[in-house]
Amino acid sequence: MKKILKYVFYDIIRNKIVVAYTLFLLMLSIGLFNFGGNPDKAILSLLNLVLLTVPLISIVFATTHFYNSYEFMELLVAQPINRKKIFLSEYLGVACSLSGAFILGVGVPVVLFGASLTGLYLLVTGVFITFIFVAMAFLASVITRDKAKGIGIALLLWFYFALIYDGIVLFILYSFSDYPLENTTLALTALNPIDLGRIIVLLNLDVSALMGYTGALYKSILGSLWGIGLAFGLLLVWVLVPYLSSRRIFSKRDL
Amino acid sequence: MITIENLRKSYGKLQVLKDVNVRFETGRVVSIIGPNGSGKTTMSKCILGMVLPDGGDIKINGESILSQHAYRSQIGYMPQIGRYPENMKIRQVIQMIRDIRRDAKEVDEELIGLYGLKDMYEKRMGALSGGTKQKVSAALAFMFNPQILILDEPTAGLDPISAEILKCKILKEKKKGKLILITSHIMSEVEEVADEVLCLMDGQLKFHETIASIKAQANEERLSRAIAKIMNEED
Repeated sequence: MKKILKYVFYDIIRNKIVVAYTLFLLMLSIGLFNFGGNPDKAILSLLNLVLLTVPLISIVFATTHFYNSYEFMELLVAQPINRKKIFLSEYLGVACSLSGAFILGVGVPVVLFGASLTGLYLLVTGVFITFIFVAMAFLASVITRDKAKGIGIALLLWFYFALIYDGIVLFILYSFSDYPLENTTLALTALNPIDLGRIIVLLNLDVSALMGYTGALYKSILGSLWGIGLAFGLLLVWVLVPYLSSRRIFSKRDL
Repeated sequence: MITIENLRKSYGKLQVLKDVNVRFETGRVVSIIGPNGSGKTTMSKCILGMVLPDGGDIKINGESILSQHAYRSQIGYMPQIGRYPENMKIRQVIQMIRDIRRDAKEVDEELIGLYGLKDMYEKRMGALSGGTKQKVSAALAFMFNPQILILDEPTAGLDPISAEILKCKILKEKKKGKLILITSHIMSEVEEVADEVLCLMDGQLKFHETIASIKAQANEERLSRAIAKIMNEED
């Protein structure tokens, strides 16, 4: 498996997109840290930008990569290698190189300008989000053979999690505002990895005081070490569910 | 060596293979013929595990190969249309496969030499002509001295000289006691290299006999006529 992983890495590194992505994140983070002066504020702005761009770039890049590696996988499937290993190598290759770009692009400035626990949470969340959206991209790619359709599904997934979902949550909160919704909100958060990531980081900033009763509930549940562990556990579930289901489809389909 | 039992496969509503039962013995060259879309490629891809059958079983040396992978170290496969990562060079593709198959004891580089692939090592796969890609596929199929060779229309894109080289190689490997499955449409070629002919039609086995007995049955000297005769008779 290491051998296959080596060639996947080799293929991605020659692709300039990952380098461009690293530089983009690097400029973004350095810029934000130099604007604000207050590192907490910079981390907050960075969080919002990261939660919008990282899923988008991860999902689009991973989907196109998967379709472009079709020939590579076809070549390997006729060799004495387990399909699951081929799939895992592809997944790790993409997810690790994008995470590496993220750690370089965001991690280095955070350590330089605003090293704190919140900064660390931001990094871990970003890496999780990368792994989650690469897994979703692979799911979109194994569902259909058509590249254009696959990228369409991937973009829809991004739209849903990054934009539409928040609208739905707001709608629910607004329509049922007469009822106690604290626990519902908590459950709704768990259903969207981007929101989950946002809450994890926000709760470590002082701004959580602005979030009212729900914020207080979040703080009481997620503020503890146990709660943070639960939140990261949920993120892990968000990695595993799309990854395992896409692997299942991949190993049971014709090439 | 290979036993196929009640193999069934359909793509959606289209039934490609309908209960195929065949046995292939070692040391033979078997030519798989049949009209376009009769299931030849699907059958060979089933043996390779690239296409997963809906029903039935495939056994190699008595062991079922379904959802296995290690058995593929005994198989060399040359696809109909070789598809390779576009931005890899010939050298890299060959090196990669060798790297993956490092446990193979013998490495047979005869075809690389005969096809002069070393002179083109630095060319990108995406820039190669169809024929050159076929040569790379052929070289890779024969490289690890496999016991079974599956060649899907091997000479389709090759120039006459390269096709001749390949045919000589096939006969040479046959003498080593290997099983070689070839799908082909060119009857003269079938006659030259094959011992047995297996004919698929609409996903069903039409016949599987030695060339001599086909000729005797149809009372014809030329294989193409004999096969045409048999097919017409059965209609």
